[in-house]
Amino acid sequence: MTTAIINVFLKEGVLDPQGKAAHHALDSLGFKGVKDVRIGKQIVLQLDVDKEKAEAEVKEMCETLLANTVIEDYTIEIK
Amino acid sequence: MKVAVLRFPGTNCEFDTQYAFEKLGHETALVWHEDETLPEATDLVVVPGGFSYGDYLRSGSIARFSPVMKAVKAYADNGGKVLGICNGFQILTEAGMLPGALKRNNNLHFISKYQNLCVVNNDNAFLNQCEKDEVLNIPIAHADGNYYIDDERLEKLEANGQVLLRYSDAEGNRVVVNGSVTSIAGVCNASKNVFGLMPHPERALEAILGSEDGIRMLKGFEA
Repeated sequence: MTTAIINVFLKEGVLDPQGKAAHHALDSLGFKGVKDVRIGKQIVLQLDVDKEKAEAEVKEMCETLLANTVIEDYTIEIK
Repeated sequence: MKVAVLRFPGTNCEFDTQYAFEKLGHETALVWHEDETLPEATDLVVVPGGFSYGDYLRSGSIARFSPVMKAVKAYADNGGKVLGICNGFQILTEAGMLPGALKRNNNLHFISKYQNLCVVNNDNAFLNQCEKDEVLNIPIAHADGNYYIDDERLEKLEANGQVLLRYSDAEGNRVVVNGSVTSIAGVCNASKNVFGLMPHPERALEAILGSEDGIRMLKGFEA
């Protein structure tokens, strides 16, 4: 069994409204040292293929469906 | 005119859209997302508003893979006219049939209200009944209407006259409604046969509902 951990975030330079709201809330709560907050999502896949095959397949899944590459970047970790 | 209105699980504006085009004297057909073909002699395909597949992953991201979308893409590649309203706009951007992407509103709220819109370009099938710089009043209702496109592509969009509508005040000055790049509310593709907008023209057909400004938008396709 191979596990793929995918992290999807809005691209650098694309305003992240959720991150901004959380940053503002942290600031109101007195956490003054926070410079930036980005909120994304993590997608964990369990795959029935070996690691090498998984890598290529998961990349295709990200490009096709799991991320919108117009606005989002993604990272893949295979375990 | 023969209008095909698509239906996905979660679509909820198909009957309003059907009502609108029938009120304007057109024949309509609801087309199920699993259908692999469009009705014969279709003059216009409308991808209506709603929450296709519950917007679970991203708005419109799953609907674009429905069998019917293959037929819609082939239809558009052949020069057929396609209009995407709200969730339909999101589906068409996810499908790569329109440039850019729609993300969460900058204030994170679901925004539902009447909104002024400035007509940016009218040399297209969708807005040829409207005047350039005219201000229209059309309802909006969305959570993911924050249009994004990078600077380089925006420049091309502007140069080609693909920006159709902008959120504005009553005088036509741009206003920030949901965070959209340069207040964009609607765009079309480079060949000007695929149109997408967040506002709902099908909800602005009767004075009793607050506005009749949607009529001329939908009538534009008759010309």
